[in-house]
Amino acid sequence: MAQWMTLSEAVSSLVHDGDCVALEGFTHLIPFAAGHELIRQGRRRLSLIRMTPDLIYDQMIGAGCAAKLTFSWGGNPGVGSLHRFRDAVEHDWPNPLEIEERSHSDLANAYVAGAANLPFAVLRGYAGSDLARVSKHIRTIQCPFSGEELAATPAVRPDVAIIHAQKADRAGNVHLWGILGVQKEAVLAARRSIVTVEECVDALNAPSNACVLPSWVIDAVCLVPNGATPSYAHGYYSRDNAFYRRWDAISRDRESFRIWMKRHVLDTADFSEYLRVQSGLIQQVAMQ
Amino acid sequence: MSLAQCTSQEMMTVAAARTLRDGQVCFVGIGLPSTAANLARLTHAPNIVLLYESGPIGAKPPLLPLSIGDGSLAETADTVVSTPEIFRYWLQGGRVDVGFLGAAQIDRYANINTTVVGDYRKPKVRLPGAGGAPEISVLAKEVRIIVAHSERAFVEKLDFITSAGFLQGGDARRRAGIPSKGPTAVVTDLCILRPEAETNELIVHSIHPGATREVIRQKTGWPLRFSATCEETAPPTAHELEVLRDLHARTATASGSGTGGRAA
Repeated sequence: MAQWMTLSEAVSSLVHDGDCVALEGFTHLIPFAAGHELIRQGRRRLSLIRMTPDLIYDQMIGAGCAAKLTFSWGGNPGVGSLHRFRDAVEHDWPNPLEIEERSHSDLANAYVAGAANLPFAVLRGYAGSDLARVSKHIRTIQCPFSGEELAATPAVRPDVAIIHAQKADRAGNVHLWGILGVQKEAVLAARRSIVTVEECVDALNAPSNACVLPSWVIDAVCLVPNGATPSYAHGYYSRDNAFYRRWDAISRDRESFRIWMKRHVLDTADFSEYLRVQSGLIQQVAMQ
Repeated sequence: MSLAQCTSQEMMTVAAARTLRDGQVCFVGIGLPSTAANLARLTHAPNIVLLYESGPIGAKPPLLPLSIGDGSLAETADTVVSTPEIFRYWLQGGRVDVGFLGAAQIDRYANINTTVVGDYRKPKVRLPGAGGAPEISVLAKEVRIIVAHSERAFVEKLDFITSAGFLQGGDARRRAGIPSKGPTAVVTDLCILRPEAETNELIVHSIHPGATREVIRQKTGWPLRFSATCEETAPPTAHELEVLRDLHARTATASGSGTGGRAA
């Protein structure tokens, strides 16, 4: 049964150093507030999983939270590289980062396998790709009926899944909509889960086939308005494309990254203060 | 429309859009493939069905999306499915006619690298990685590739094959157990290349106005051949250019304000 609590309480009680953690959200509903809280609480040696690492994992990797990353596409969408991710892979900064690289279809199937309590996923894919050559996790299996050869990859079973959603009711049932990515599968594949939401409502009033995660598959629900920004929450706020572009310059250099991280994340008490600092800085720039 | 009035980038986008036919089901990557596919939708292919890996099916974005999961894709789609479903039922289910990909590097057999430059374990440049390209290149009935022509992109030998084209050429793709056609056209800002019968090596079929064989050769890392019937690409029509520029202009105006929610 989900408990309502602060994000700080949820992270401190449910995420431990060395855990395997998946923060999911495909461009939409990326749990930035939760990622910041992991950085603020100084989590270390995490094995991170995420299809599209995006800015939030760039920040966590640069802040030294991660020992390993399992992913399928690691870029700043529409902008370019994730510089902190590249610095970790190319120069071991701030620490070496082990990578387990898979394709989108593979990871999506691996989450499904995890949610379905299967040890591995079966898919058509990887034929002719060198990914199968460099990864011990990409193997083949023969169909017992036809003899056809198919790709087999291990299921994803995180210790903790963290997602952001639009709404939860007072009992902690969660409703999300729009681009859904693999969030439902991530929560059902994980041992523990945290959901941050835009708002708490008396009744979800969700249509019968809506994506609703019942309270009893979630551990913690946390009210964090704007908790997905600079990504977006469909029906609530838009993607801050300008921040995605600005991140390129902030993250390109270790020192400017460190200063930004201290000012915005380490020196702020929580995500609402982070948002105040962000908007204050934007106003200052506008006034100059 | 005279040549002076269009950039090589515009020519590339228009030429890529023209390779798509009305009514086709197209799995679209973000960036140039998405621009070209939407140009096709707004010109000669109004009934093209655009699928994005974030889950929108039948997306009709009014502006060019910056990211693969833009809200405008979901809002204008016929339906939005989860990421596992888009890959399992729709792509792997065999419902995609054309996979439309970009590339960081490409070789003469249209294999693509988007993973690393240099050694995989100690890369000189770490690129974003595979995304959905390894499965799109295998599971779509055929593939189009759009990539700007340069020596850095058109290389003699790839450091890493992320997504299969024709592998070592000839019937290597079929021998690797891949039944689909693979890349049927590679569109650049200088020309259009297609695989040669039998060898499956990319050869130039059409040269864009203003480009020359010499420049194309210079910017290609292998000894490039030209088809015996190589012709000049028809320049963009006034209508194609007008629609493309309008799309870019409207996207630039809205840039930074994003898409996907009500005004906050």
